[in-house]
Formats: sequence, structure tokens, C-alpha cells
Amino acid sequence: MLSLGRSQNLSGCTLRTAKGDVPLGLLRTHTCLDVAASSLDGASVMVWTSSPVEAAMALVELDGIARRLVLCPRGIGPDLLNYIVETAEADAVISDLSLPEEAGTASWIRCHRELQPAAVPARTRATEWVLLTSGTTGLPKLVVHTLATLTEAIRVEAASSTVWSTFYDIRRFGGLQIFLRAILTGAPLVLADSDEHVGDFLARAAACCVTHISGTPSHWRMALMNPGAKLISPRYVRLSGEIADQAILNHLRAAYPEAQILHAFASTEAGVAFEVADGLAGFPEHYVSSLQGVQMKMQDGSLQLRSSRLALRYLNRDAAPLRSSDGFVDTGDLVELRDGRHFFAGRRDGVINIGGLKVHPEEVEAVINRHPGVFASLVRTRRNPITGAVVTADVALRSGQKCGPELERELIGFCRSSLAGHKVPAVIQFVPQLAISETGKVIRHG
Amino acid sequence: MLIRNVILSHFEQVAKEQDRQLEPLRDNLPLLESGLDSLCLAIVVARLEDKLGVEPFSAAAAEDLPFPTTIGEFVGFYQVAVHA
Repeated sequence: MLSLGRSQNLSGCTLRTAKGDVPLGLLRTHTCLDVAASSLDGASVMVWTSSPVEAAMALVELDGIARRLVLCPRGIGPDLLNYIVETAEADAVISDLSLPEEAGTASWIRCHRELQPAAVPARTRATEWVLLTSGTTGLPKLVVHTLATLTEAIRVEAASSTVWSTFYDIRRFGGLQIFLRAILTGAPLVLADSDEHVGDFLARAAACCVTHISGTPSHWRMALMNPGAKLISPRYVRLSGEIADQAILNHLRAAYPEAQILHAFASTEAGVAFEVADGLAGFPEHYVSSLQGVQMKMQDGSLQLRSSRLALRYLNRDAAPLRSSDGFVDTGDLVELRDGRHFFAGRRDGVINIGGLKVHPEEVEAVINRHPGVFASLVRTRRNPITGAVVTADVALRSGQKCGPELERELIGFCRSSLAGHKVPAVIQFVPQLAISETGKVIRHG
Repeated sequence: MLIRNVILSHFEQVAKEQDRQLEPLRDNLPLLESGLDSLCLAIVVARLEDKLGVEPFSAAAAEDLPFPTTIGEFVGFYQVAVHA
């Protein structure tokens, strides 16, 4: 049974952080927790830390021991703790923070960067790895993987001089892939700390001689707008999490002429599906029939995938099945075929992708519509050269309600108070009315 | 209002909305050290498109021209686009 703590290359993987190096191999004989790891044998454990470094240490220590590990990425506030604890039936929460009032019934375990010698129990379980992704209602969806599904796409090759880095949070799918690659190949991983500026991070990555680095197209657009981007000279540049357009691929080619530039299609539910290395946006038509280990089909224009890398199921009680009856995951990503190449053309369900984070328009509309001056609203996406897209809202007001910059600012503040930053409309436009269909719903298209 | 002032007032407004501490906006300040993150900059760019009628990044990307990295370059980027 594969477990991170038993990975033969673990001792080669050191996390290089702004606060010093963390050799992960030490977790074979040391603990980062203030309880014995054996007390979590068979437990469902939620990892909710402010820093990705502490989370990484807890994951390595407990994989193969805990029954379930739930990875909470940056931005999961204490208000969601109870929901996640209940949905994941968590016995314990591991954190580098003090116990908040919202912690519920799970026991609270502190983790530290300073390791203590400890006896570590045998790592024999196939631990469930649970990743969080955005749901329609504002509550996260809990997606179950195993180490086997997460690592199936990773080829372990001798990589003595490889130094990995990522702009991603390693607790999200794209970042976790890089974390696992570093561990399985025994390579150092340069991690950004939660409060580290992009420029400082790039300077540190350069000092650590990073050779392989990944991020979303939005991460890369921001990196290229920083003078620090000139300091690094990677051999391998990877993009995923959003549509990679030709412009960002060309920019990266110009910035790193020696590097292999590769964009991957992956999602939390579908896992890593394929990689495109020819420097062009989209993917070749023949991928549909020629990928090894991944079956692909188009249904109603949407990409469907089946492979041994798919997630197993959702934990949420009210969630629809993750896979269809024939074992495919519907990615919801629309593709168009042009001149022998498939290009991504947005989402079938209208989900907006802001720098790799999902926004469901209905969730934002529900918040705007709670404002007493609002009659109805329609949330849409607008292309944006920095984050790929931003959220905009058309708002129809109740009669007698005056529109203007003050109300616009008030509505933005209103949204800020109950939505994550990337979900708050960048632009609000007041409109006399919104088109309503016969079923009484706001018409989204056309 | 001067284009520079329009841009800087948008930086200030977005910083306020997003609870960000803005550095003094001198020309040689790197954009990403201004206190605004990528989301804030995306919002600024979206609003400037409505206010000034231009979005110079897409045209620059199409021609493989570099994006601005400092406040001064950002302002110049828009000044050129508005007067083109």
C-alpha cells in the first residue's frame, strides 16, 4: 500500500519555506502534532491551517494512519468549519491556530513546524484524501480521492537536479499534484508562505534554483507583471486550473525561451486528464481517441472523462453522483472543434472561473437579491486579462430606489460581507429590467 | 480628469473595498508591491475599461508586448491606449 510516509524518496523532499527548510523525511521518526499520531489511527481528520507548510507536514505524518484526511485550502473561514466537520464526520481538526468558537464537536489538535521525536505507528491504511471545491449554494463540495487516484498520472523518474515550486495552494488540486510529485520523486519543493509577496517568493525561488514551476494562467500573468519573473529560469513551466489562452503561452515562451511549457487539463473531480506540450492553446483532436488510460467523449458539447484518476464520490449528503452510470465524469467544460483542434469555450452550467476559483452566479445573485433596494439581478462573466474573468452584475432596482455610485459601493460592500473576495462583482450595472422567462427565471443567455 | 488621476483613484477605491493597505503610488513602485493583489488589479482593469473605454492588455498580449510592471508603466500603458 502506497503511503507518503513510506515513499522511498521522501527523504529527498525538503520544503523550502520563507521561514526555513522542513525535511519531510524527519516525519518518519518525528511528529508535528501535540498528540501521539497513534491516537488518530482510523480517525477522520480535518486539516485546517493558516499556513500550507503545517498542512503539508500533517498530511505526510497521517497518510496511512488516518481513515480520512480533509484538506481545507486558504479562504475556508471558521464559519464553514462546522459544516465540513459534520459532512466529513471529522473526529479531529488539526490546526496551527487557536480553537475558534465555531469548532463544533471535533477535538482540536495543534500542529507545529518544530518537530519532536516520536514513535510513529505503521502506515497501513488506504487513507481517503478529501478535497474541497466550490458548490452552488456557497457551501463547499467534499470530493473523495485516494493517494492512488491522485498520483496515477505521476511518472517517477530519476530527477536529481529537479527543484519544484508552485504558485498554487498545495491544498487545492493543482498544488497538491506538485506537492505529491516532489515527494514521489524526492525533489525539494519551494513553497510560498501564506503572507509572502509574489516578488519575494520569486526572488526566493530563484535563489533556490527552481527548475519546475506550476500555476494557473492567472498566477503566471501576475508573475510576469513582476520584475522578479526575470530572476527565475525554469526548465519546465506548467499551467492548469484555467483555460490557457494563446497569449499567456506566447508570453511564457518569450519569457522562458529554454523551458518546456506545458498546459494540463485537470479538475478536482476528474483528476489529471491530459497535458499539452506543443505550445498551442486547446488540444489536438486525436487526443479524444489516443490517450493512454483516459477515455474521453463529448456529450452535448461538454467534455466527459473516465479513468482510474477520477475522484470516487462526494461526501455531501445532497450531492448528485460524481460519476454517470457508465463511469464518466462530466467536466461541464464546453469544447469546440476548429481545424483539427479542440478549444475550451466556457462552462455549460455558467460557472465562472476567476483565476482558478469557481463562482456560481446563482450564489452571488442570491446575496445581491437580499438587499432591500434590489428587485432582481443577473450575474455574468466578463473576460479579464489578469484573472481570465471577473464577475459582473446587472441589477434591476425596486421602484423608487435611486441608482448611483453610492448604491454601487453599498452593494459591493453588502456582497463583501458574505462572499469570498473573488465572488464579489467587480462591476455593477444598473438596468431598468431583466428579461424573465415563462418559468419566471432570469434569462441567462441571448 | 487626467488619466493618471482616474487610474490612481481606482486603485484607492478598490483597495478600500478589498480592505487593502495601499503603498504611496510613486511611478517606480512595482505593481504587485502596491498592496493590490491580482483580483484587485483585475477589478481595476475591468472598471477602467468602462470608464476610459480601453483595455490595453489584450492588444498587448496579441502582439506579444510585455505587460506593465510598475505604477508608472501601468499609467503610461493606458495613456498610450487612450490616445491611440
